[in-house]
Amino acid sequence: MKSTRAQGYLLSAIIFFVFIALWHVATLQTVHLAEGTHLAPAQIAALEEMGMATGDIETLAAAGLSFAQMQQLAGLGLTLEELEMAGGIGAFGFTTGEGGAAETAVTGFPGPGQVGREIVNQLSDPFYNRGPNDKGILLQLLYSLRRVALGFGLALLVALPLGFLLGMSPVFKTALDPYVQILKPISPLAWMPLALYTIKDAELSSIFVIFICSIWPMLINTTFGVAAVKSDWINLGRTLELGRFNLAWRIILPAAAPTIFTGMRISIGIAWLVIVAAEMLIGGTGIGYFVWNEWNGLNIDSMILAILVIGLVGFALDAALGTLLRRFSYKA
Amino acid sequence: MKKQLVLSETLTKAYPSENRGEPELVVFENVNFRIREGEFVTCIGHSGCGKSTILNILAGLQSPSKGYVFLDGKEITRPGLDRAVVFQGHSLLPWLTALENVTFAVRARWPEWTKAQVRAHALEYIEMVGLKDAFDRKPHQLSGGMCQRVGIARAFAIRSRLLLMDEPFGALDALTRGSIQEELVKICAATGQTVFMITHDVDEAILLSDRIFLMTNGPRAHVAEAVSINLPRPRDRAEIVHHPGYYTIRNHLVDFLVSRSRELSGGRHGATPVPVHNAKGELLFPPDVDPLALSETVTR
Repeated sequence: MKSTRAQGYLLSAIIFFVFIALWHVATLQTVHLAEGTHLAPAQIAALEEMGMATGDIETLAAAGLSFAQMQQLAGLGLTLEELEMAGGIGAFGFTTGEGGAAETAVTGFPGPGQVGREIVNQLSDPFYNRGPNDKGILLQLLYSLRRVALGFGLALLVALPLGFLLGMSPVFKTALDPYVQILKPISPLAWMPLALYTIKDAELSSIFVIFICSIWPMLINTTFGVAAVKSDWINLGRTLELGRFNLAWRIILPAAAPTIFTGMRISIGIAWLVIVAAEMLIGGTGIGYFVWNEWNGLNIDSMILAILVIGLVGFALDAALGTLLRRFSYKA
Repeated sequence: MKKQLVLSETLTKAYPSENRGEPELVVFENVNFRIREGEFVTCIGHSGCGKSTILNILAGLQSPSKGYVFLDGKEITRPGLDRAVVFQGHSLLPWLTALENVTFAVRARWPEWTKAQVRAHALEYIEMVGLKDAFDRKPHQLSGGMCQRVGIARAFAIRSRLLLMDEPFGALDALTRGSIQEELVKICAATGQTVFMITHDVDEAILLSDRIFLMTNGPRAHVAEAVSINLPRPRDRAEIVHHPGYYTIRNHLVDFLVSRSRELSGGRHGATPVPVHNAKGELLFPPDVDPLALSETVTR
């Protein structure tokens, strides 16, 4: 038993290192392809004479344009910025010598070493705050976690009592079932425009979206867990004259706890998936916005770091609820 | 003569038929019996005669279609702490330990008690069923017999007026069942608990009971006979079978279950349980036990 675990972990480690190695090799190649055109100092001087800025010459050379093409461009008398605004060099009929590979030289998918440096760099000062578009990654993470905590907490406050009601009363269950079934499959992000229009507050809207997406698994599991409590246990409570509150608190709740915690575990997973997308929509703060912001700035290494952090936090949330679930589980 | 504790009058349970136009399904009808304080009564009958329903009505968990049951002169309409129930499965709460399962009931019975009082009282009953060393274990760590012992401890611990047991040993193997039966004999002798128990086991019924109610087959089942078990107490499982009267009673019971329960089914029986005489012509059912049943006396 112990050795199978050890073997499994060893295999995990091997997979990890193989992945890193492949990543490294793959990104090395791109860099090699994207070397661009080498210009002789005399050629550079000639282009500069035609009115082209030194920085622009370097960028175009790196993009793989030949000297002849660059001479033509220089003849247009436009700066690179003006060129980009006019639709890029492609719009003028120029193709780069090395095709798509050369273009990656501009965007440059980072290798593991580069991402590793970015991780060290970001995590050395994770909570800095330099204005709306420049915040530390863990600070952004806290914004997201706060929204999830609020939305999820509100959903729990509604789902638990409502689930008890539905689980204990077949009439309410039958009455509310159609609404639950129709509301449940709606993508949480479909609520976003409506939420923004009615609530008129981005922060509250995102919390509402978390609320609406995490309520269903908890509601459904609570209903099911409460309805499935063994009738012997209920009868025991009745013969002991427990009263409604004590029956719910001391028999039904612990009996349904494993099912309820399973629902909470599903909910927190969904909430964490949705918050990233929601923050990309509303912007401002949060790890989802961070990813979007880094994409706009083409900071691919930061993006990769953020994706990694999203995965790790999702794993931690799931593990936390998994621990709670085990704590309240019982063997019948 | 001890006082009467339970009275059942014209107790009937009927369910409406699933198909329209068909008559309703009468499980049992006009069930009359009395149980005296301190008496151990078992009820035997084939499956479907409504034994468990009668027990649930006594527990207040189900209500009759017609008729009444009284406990100490008050009609039973709801469950209460004056009655304790040992269910068919052990029905222990699996997230609590053996001791906690008992304290759970004790706290409900005496909410004003301190924690220490509750614990001491519960431990006393855990010890009574011989689980002193296992009090800290959860039900899944206990054997089926041990679980049922905890269930019995829990039921006795609340010191109810009437203990109801629904085939408590049905799921246990024969050896475990035998040892728990012996313990139950001792505990009942020590506490003087009034018990109404359902069983399928004729030997178990004879060992434990003062009287045995025999039910005819359903539908429209009925308590047809109330057999007094006049074997001396204290009873011992090994010795009781050598008593000269044992097989007279046993044969009578088996005979009832094999043939008369069918012959008397469907309403072909008297209104009240018939007292039964033994082979020597003595009444197996002494007159002071059940005045209601004496309205008709039949000699077999």
